Amino acid sequence: MSEGMRDLIYLDNAATTKTAPEVVEAMLPYFTENYGNPSSIYSLGSAAKKAVMESREYIASTIGAKNNEIYFTGGGSEADNWALIATAEAYASRGRHIITSKIEHHAILHTCEYLESKGYEITYIDVDENGIVKLDDLKAAIRQDTILISIMFANNEIGTIQPMKEIGKIAKEHDVLLHTDAVQAYAHLPIDVDEMNIDMLSASGHKFQGPKGIGFLYIRTGIKIRSFLHGGQQERGRRAGTENVPGIVGMGKAAQLAFSHLEEREEKEKELRDYLIKKIGEEIPYCRLNGDREKRLSNNVNYSFRFIEGESLLIMLDRKGICGSSGSACTSGSLDPSHVLLAIGLPHEIAHGSLRLTVNWENTLEEMDRTVETIKEIVERLRAMSPLYEDYIARKGQ
Amino acid sequence: MYSEKVMDHFENPRNVGEIENASGVGTVGNAKCGDIMRIYLDIDDNGIIQDCKFKTFGCGAAVATSSMATELVKGKSIQDAMKVTNKAVMEALDGLPPVKVHCSLLAEEAIHAALWDYAEKHGIKIEGLEKPKSDIHEGEEEKEEY
Repeated sequence: MSEGMRDLIYLDNAATTKTAPEVVEAMLPYFTENYGNPSSIYSLGSAAKKAVMESREYIASTIGAKNNEIYFTGGGSEADNWALIATAEAYASRGRHIITSKIEHHAILHTCEYLESKGYEITYIDVDENGIVKLDDLKAAIRQDTILISIMFANNEIGTIQPMKEIGKIAKEHDVLLHTDAVQAYAHLPIDVDEMNIDMLSASGHKFQGPKGIGFLYIRTGIKIRSFLHGGQQERGRRAGTENVPGIVGMGKAAQLAFSHLEEREEKEKELRDYLIKKIGEEIPYCRLNGDREKRLSNNVNYSFRFIEGESLLIMLDRKGICGSSGSACTSGSLDPSHVLLAIGLPHEIAHGSLRLTVNWENTLEEMDRTVETIKEIVERLRAMSPLYEDYIARKGQ
Repeated sequence: MYSEKVMDHFENPRNVGEIENASGVGTVGNAKCGDIMRIYLDIDDNGIIQDCKFKTFGCGAAVATSSMATELVKGKSIQDAMKVTNKAVMEALDGLPPVKVHCSLLAEEAIHAALWDYAEKHGIKIEGLEKPKSDIHEGEEEKEEY
């Protein structure tokens, strides 16, 4: 067991979160007592059906949607796949052009690649140096045959929050459907689908202390969208398969916990985030904050440290009991670093040295102090063995 | 994902540093792909590698393969050092994950680059040594296809 495992500092909340104890408690009866199939006629089934309905109602209310506009899925990736593929198929007679951005999650980008292989045309619009979608580029990309715009609400790597209201306005003015991958934003930021003209929205339970394997897709009434899974009448016939009742109950409970403390948690996280950003910037030379300083998720810190590589940093942090993530190529299994960091204009070697830390309201300032101290030590150590740093110091000395 | 040996060489790398007035220095890799290795050799008049140091920018496997490569060539003759292949480095580390095999190639290449530099400085020819590629990733993608 590595040093520090006794008091692990978990700073990878954008990857997943700890399931809240209240959520686990709410789920348990739906494994052991109310285990009935919601489609069954007897009362055991109706107890489960009622629980699913209540969760659906609550979740709908959190984004200003109607109950019958919330479709439970197996998670955020499924919701993204469904939104894109089924819309593309349903609206193919109107056009085969889709607009998205260069910094989307792979659940969107790889689905777009799949659609390209099926004869659809995708425009990937640029973002500025902070990762904000260029609205003029978005407008300019819209064509007669554009059927869908899919722009993520907030970015998972650098935390940048998009101007969703403006994007919604543009989509509406041009009569194009708008989908948003809100996996990082839902239950962290207030969202109103009507005010923002959002037609479809993907979310995932485990990003806000709910269980894994459950998410939802919001689909505005009136939108033609084909069924994604065939075989049953669940989810109004659009997503077959017996409902993940414990998951749905757990996600509903997690949403309740999040929305009843939304501002309070945001404030707490911002305090931790800003402390971490400031302290790293002050303590460690040759680093750069990635993403917008203000339009940023309250939990996200993303720094690049020059002359070092991210995977080395992550492994050493892990040995000290700190969990983070990186956009380095070595963590993606390819030779290229994160597409998001490249899209905001970082050179490859700086993108390789990135570290993402995502806090949760339950973290403490003491943990932030220990984290900065540890990063500082590791960065010094890695720089001492980096030929890039050696060359830099030699150049500087000249 | 790494063996205990890899973790040991990553956390406690052997022979990190520089050698002043080294007999040969070789740098391979590129920052674009995320790894650069530099090897320094101190070779005596009898052609024995008396000392070997390294500096590496890269992932855990890149650091561990550099460390192991320096251990394997230290004290050896030039000809024996030429026999330290990427396979030998990998075996000494109890293996590497498939995506990290290129790190061991980089280590082999770095040793060769340092030996090449030594040979050029001394106007000698080392049997079996070819001019190292300036970029270790040249042609590598094809290899990784299968």
